[in-house]
Amino acid sequence: MADSTDPAAMLRHFEDRIARGEKIEPKDWMPNRYRQQLIRMISQHAHSEIVGMLPEGNWITRAPTLQRKMSLLAKVQDEAGHGLYLYCAAETLGVSRREMIEALLGGRAKYSHIFNYPTLSWGDIGVIGWFVDGAAIINQTMLAKCSYGPYSRANLRICKEENFHKRQGYEIVVTLSSGSPEQRAMVQEAVNRWWWPSLMMFGPPDSDSPNSAELLRWKIKTHSNDELRQRFVDTTVPQAKAANIRLPDPELRYDERKGSWHFGEIDWNEFYDVIKGNGPCNKERLNARRKADADGAWVRDAAAAYAEKRSRILSTKDTK
Amino acid sequence: MTEKNLHGENEGDLWEVFVQSETGAPHEHAGSVHAADAEMALQNARDVYARRGTPVSIWVVPSQYITATTPADAQPFFDPADDKVYRHPQFYKIPKAVKGF
Repeated sequence: MADSTDPAAMLRHFEDRIARGEKIEPKDWMPNRYRQQLIRMISQHAHSEIVGMLPEGNWITRAPTLQRKMSLLAKVQDEAGHGLYLYCAAETLGVSRREMIEALLGGRAKYSHIFNYPTLSWGDIGVIGWFVDGAAIINQTMLAKCSYGPYSRANLRICKEENFHKRQGYEIVVTLSSGSPEQRAMVQEAVNRWWWPSLMMFGPPDSDSPNSAELLRWKIKTHSNDELRQRFVDTTVPQAKAANIRLPDPELRYDERKGSWHFGEIDWNEFYDVIKGNGPCNKERLNARRKADADGAWVRDAAAAYAEKRSRILSTKDTK
Repeated sequence: MTEKNLHGENEGDLWEVFVQSETGAPHEHAGSVHAADAEMALQNARDVYARRGTPVSIWVVPSQYITATTPADAQPFFDPADDKVYRHPQFYKIPKAVKGF
């Protein structure tokens, strides 16, 4: 048993637990770096779910059928729930909800860059479900095995619900690509805009990813960004073929030796530029969240006032 | 219920959620919700943790009222449970002739 006054021994004991595949729970000893990395990752994951409701929410009133509207509403509602699971998981590490929200609204916290792109047509809704949720599934399947208990369990819950999101999107893509010439053109045009940003969702190559080594050693992630990106491409290429969709990469070809699909160079300047705030929708997304927070303040105040009033009434009854 | 923490949030507003996912099953910890009172906590818990399946029952408890063991004390606290071999069936010898024990 580790001597609780020797930090080096505590760290060794902690890393042994991780190596044995044990889960770390909220009250367990952990290095401050582990705690801070997780607070950053989990809160940004949560922000991504909430902000991610906006591009798809944009098309709820214009879904082409009642069935599509119901599916899209359910998907967006799921994203809200996912964000809430993740905020709760982050709070177990000692950060408060208000702190995290204020970091987002103040522009200090990041969220997935993909949600800074606009949804310009109904075709985008299909492509987002197929590409963006598809990429998220690959990432979240990995995170369901991470070393921190609450984050691992939140991701397990998310994974169970995420599969319908991808299928809903792919079904829309197949419907459009086997439809009229205008529908086929619309969905192909959406694919052309969303393909490269979706590949960027997995993050920069690990050589350019300063946090990667530490995250891997502590099993916060268990695969590199490049491995997950390759998995996404290998899964998606056959799906594109089956849907009669062309992926906008002239260098895409099957590598027999590696047993995987070779793809072209990603323009990382676009990624960093969007992260910095210069994407098409960064300001719009942040303004929407600020407005939601401001417009909802009276509801939070009213709920708190009502609860306090009731507890005062109940406590005076008890003293009779 | 109205003391505020450093961030201006009410201390009593974090609740732990336990869901019984089908009849006969135990209630299982699902996560937490923020809410101003018990009724809102139940509704929030339903909206966040019961969007699938056939949930039967939800319990919500203010987090501050949960008492838990600490990891540092776990070994001595649970020590008596593991070394009493006579609690295990294999400790007892039954004649081989007796079938289906």
